[in-house]
Amino acid sequence: MTMLENKGPAAIPSPREITTEPRFSDKLFRAIVTTGGLSSLVILGLIAVFLGYQGFEILAKEGISFITTSEWTVEVDSFGTITNTTFGLAAMLVGTILCAFIAVLIAVPVSVAAAIFLSFYAPASLKRVLVSIIDLMAAFPSILFGFWGLFVLMPSAEYWAKLINRYLGFIPIFEVDPPIFTRSPFIAGVVLAIMIIPIVTSISREVFSQTPLDRIQAAYALGATRWNVIRTVALPYARGGIVGGSMLGLGRAMGETVAVYTVLNIVYQINWQVLFGAGGNVASLILLKFGEAQPYEIKALMAAGLVLFLLTLFVNFIADQIVAKSGSKGR
Amino acid sequence: MSFQSKNENKEKAMATPSSLASVAANARKPGTNTLGTNALGIGLEARSVHAWFGKHHALANVSLDFPAGTVTALIGPSGCGKSTFIRTLNRMHEFIPGAAMAGEVLLDGKDIYEPGTDVTKIRLKIGMVFQKPNPFPSMTIGENVLSGLKLAQLKNANKDDLMEECLVRAGLWNEVKDRLNAHGGSLSGGQQQRLCIARALAVNPQVLLMDEPCSALDPGSTLRIEETIKELSETMTIVIVTHNMQQAARVSDFTAFFLADGGPGEMIETAATSQIFSQPRDQRTENYVTGRFG
Ligand SMILES: Nc1ncnc2c1ncn2[C@@H]1O[C@H](COP(=O)(O)OP(=O)(O)OP(=O)(O)O)[C@@H](O)[C@H]1O
Ligand SMILES: [Mg+2]
Repeated sequence: MTMLENKGPAAIPSPREITTEPRFSDKLFRAIVTTGGLSSLVILGLIAVFLGYQGFEILAKEGISFITTSEWTVEVDSFGTITNTTFGLAAMLVGTILCAFIAVLIAVPVSVAAAIFLSFYAPASLKRVLVSIIDLMAAFPSILFGFWGLFVLMPSAEYWAKLINRYLGFIPIFEVDPPIFTRSPFIAGVVLAIMIIPIVTSISREVFSQTPLDRIQAAYALGATRWNVIRTVALPYARGGIVGGSMLGLGRAMGETVAVYTVLNIVYQINWQVLFGAGGNVASLILLKFGEAQPYEIKALMAAGLVLFLLTLFVNFIADQIVAKSGSKGR
Repeated sequence: MSFQSKNENKEKAMATPSSLASVAANARKPGTNTLGTNALGIGLEARSVHAWFGKHHALANVSLDFPAGTVTALIGPSGCGKSTFIRTLNRMHEFIPGAAMAGEVLLDGKDIYEPGTDVTKIRLKIGMVFQKPNPFPSMTIGENVLSGLKLAQLKNANKDDLMEECLVRAGLWNEVKDRLNAHGGSLSGGQQQRLCIARALAVNPQVLLMDEPCSALDPGSTLRIEETIKELSETMTIVIVTHNMQQAARVSDFTAFFLADGGPGEMIETAATSQIFSQPRDQRTENYVTGRFG
């Protein structure tokens, strides 16, 4: 006691800097994983630079109208020289977003239900079979989804589209005028949904399976039914992962080329009527035009690629914000 | 809330093993609950319970009665099957893949393992506090306390009063009353455990199973929980697993000693707590309670 009094009030020190000196093996390992970690960034950067370099001329010429107008024409004279060009992506951008959102809207509920079934209800043997089928589905070539969508899905999806139109037609996006129901953004969205269901299901199932057992048991011990356990414990825990998985699916849906190209009727005019047989898609446009494009048009396609790239980045950025907001709460 | 016996309890907390018998003798005698056994039902009975984890026979032939309104302590060395046994009493054992059991557990004379039993109702009547605190981190402290009502879809008119009462009984009210909206995971380990106790109390179970509820608690909180256990035994049947002999002596009316001697865990001896600590019939029990073994 006396000692303390003699000392007087102790000065509060500023926090020390804490450092550690890693061993050589640790440094080596760190260098290896850093290389791996940065490589994706480098590759992404190189792609962006390449697209920007190739498309710069077009972007400079078209300016903002490249993403606000919808006309895409290349006029050539009888000698094959280009006389006039107009490049506008608006219809394609709207179409890309529309199809991708339809896909996510359909795929996420189905995938979450599937993941819940696999994690909490399916008997072990069935679970094993279903999981490998779903993984197989994720690796399925997209052209086959496209063919299947065109020849098998289209007729029945058309029926559903007509039904939606009949009962919800008063909502502007479900209007169809004139009544053409084939090759619509809706059908492309359904095909995309089927393609991204495996991804979203796998990721959701993975996070569900990590739900802490003691929390599940705590809920059961309080007299909860299985559904209540899922609702109050598993879903809050998995929410961040499900959102993340959905965003991966969204990214895939926005970038998907061949399947959409196969089923969608590409039209150079903005169309918000999801059931109407006219749509747009940036990636499909590139595929459509690339084969017979002149070097100059190819530059325009590169610029379109850059815009798609930036759109995907932007959507992923938004998604990250959502995940960061909702992710940690249930953990 | 009465804290009158606090000092008395402090003394008891410092009791040495040699004075355990006298502590137990001072403890509440069985059957003194004011409500009478009718309101409590006739308690819980385990009949020849066996338990397996896959091929591993973890528990053999345990028959034990838990009369309504009494506190029964389960003691024994680590790994002898106390947790396994307590988890067969509210059908939590079956959640472990490959787990199996045999025998019967009767609540008010009815086998809880009978086909067609609504197991969620059973677990509502037989509450549980786990060895490791497991609050729901996605819920606030207040929501955690009331989570049982929500999970079992029970109605309660005055949730605020119930929340306060449960937190007071669990000895947590003073620490959390100003931050009931903070997250359950933001509490210390001991506070989380008391939150879990409050949560178990909120659904007012008929039987409360507690698996080492105080192993993460400081002495003050431990005493508070022991107070609570004594109060609760007026209206509940309590089974508590503990490694703390003094605690067993302080809170329980009956004590059962478990031991796994190479083979599956067995119940060696059960009797009134005072007898277990003063004149156990089995030499192994005596060795254990006097700290000569295990
Ligand atoms: N999930 C499990 N899977 C397989 N074996 C288990 C499992 N849980 C417990 N056991 C085994 O069952 C036996 C009894 O374990 P139990 O957890 O009931 O012991 P305990 O008496 O509660 O011990 P402690 O005092 O350390 O908590 C032990 O041999 C243990 O190894
Ligand atoms: Mg245990």
